[in-house]
Amino acid sequence: MSLFSFFRRKEPTSASIAKERLQIIVAHGGRRPSSPEFLPQLQKDILEVVRKYIPVGEDQINLSLDRKDDCEVLELNIAIPDQTVKPPPRTRF
Amino acid sequence: MSKENKSPNEGQNLATVVVVTSGKGGVGKTTTSAAFAAGLAQRGYKTVVVDFDVGLRNLDLIMGCERRVVYDLLNVIHGEGSLNQALIKDKRQDNLFILPASQTRDKEALTFEGVRDVIADLQERFDFIVCDSPAGIEKGAMAAMYFADEALVVTNPEISSVRDSDRIIGMLASKTRRAEEELDPVEVHLVITRYDPSRVHRGDMLSAEDIQEVLAIPFLGVVPESKSVLIASNAGIPTTLCEENDAGNAYFDIVDRFLGHKLPHRFLVAPKKGILSRFFGKE
Ligand SMILES: Nc1ncnc2c1ncn2[C@@H]1O[C@H](COP(=O)(O)OP(=O)(O)O)[C@@H](O)[C@H]1O
Ligand SMILES: [Mg+2]
Repeated sequence: MSLFSFFRRKEPTSASIAKERLQIIVAHGGRRPSSPEFLPQLQKDILEVVRKYIPVGEDQINLSLDRKDDCEVLELNIAIPDQTVKPPPRTRF
Repeated sequence: MSKENKSPNEGQNLATVVVVTSGKGGVGKTTTSAAFAAGLAQRGYKTVVVDFDVGLRNLDLIMGCERRVVYDLLNVIHGEGSLNQALIKDKRQDNLFILPASQTRDKEALTFEGVRDVIADLQERFDFIVCDSPAGIEKGAMAAMYFADEALVVTNPEISSVRDSDRIIGMLASKTRRAEEELDPVEVHLVITRYDPSRVHRGDMLSAEDIQEVLAIPFLGVVPESKSVLIASNAGIPTTLCEENDAGNAYFDIVDRFLGHKLPHRFLVAPKKGILSRFFGKE
């Protein structure tokens, strides 16, 4: 098992996608903490760091803030493309 | 818990007005209004269920009294018939009455003063007034919620229904008599209907927990997606007046929780199939 497969999370279920979308659009902002404004920027920054090591696209990273009981969970999902191991470049003498 | 503890109009012995609302159509408001009202009546409370879906009445069908409708809510509002003439007494349950909506008029005929006077009149005679709201956020829906003391927000585990419920919760907090007169706010309760625990388990349906978290209002319970609902509506019998069935049981739990009883939640997980039913493909 490579280190990277550790990062590879299960695909989110369609129900969890629905919930995430709802949490962004419901109006009662005052009744619960909505996702903080820095989330998109944080996502960009993380993407930049990850890209130094692995080639990933914008849409392969997903950051979300969840509430479980009384604690907030910041969840980071990065889909890592399958890496086909390339042979070393041909060397000529 | 006794009605005196439950009623926000405590001491005055006036009926509690409960609106069944959702924003979205087809989520189970009428099914819920009928089952909830009949359930309250079964528990001993004198209850009337009022159809506010002017122009598209259906409650009479679900209650099985469509052929007994002579006068309706709008006739009463416009002085063409008395409340006594319009109220239909249920043939199965002595505590239960229906006030049907008009089939021919449109919602504009629902005047504020008219609805207020009818509600005030009903409040003298009943313990609970259950108002079946039409879909949408137009005049009919606003009239149904305006005089409410409490609300059942009927929601399906589906994204558009949840958003519409969210909007309706906002309106209950701002566009009602209780909001405008700065009284205690309308007490809102979440009712999740057409729930399919096996789909929730598979991850392709929003869970009751998810919906509670998004809407953040007190939760009364779920009603499972059930074949009994169609069978009950075919026969014109509210699910709580039918022979024992899962939807009816879920609605009785909801009624009892509404009345203040603490009950463990049911219908949140799919029943395990027995060996026999697995072989014979029964549900
Ligand atoms: N728990 C349920 N299981 C299965 N079908 C249901 C359930 N609740 C409602 N329905 C069906 O959904 C449809 C819409 O219900 P209805 O009560 O008329 O909704 P509304 O009044 O919100 O428009 C009806 O055909 C009804 O039989
Ligand atoms: Mg209806």
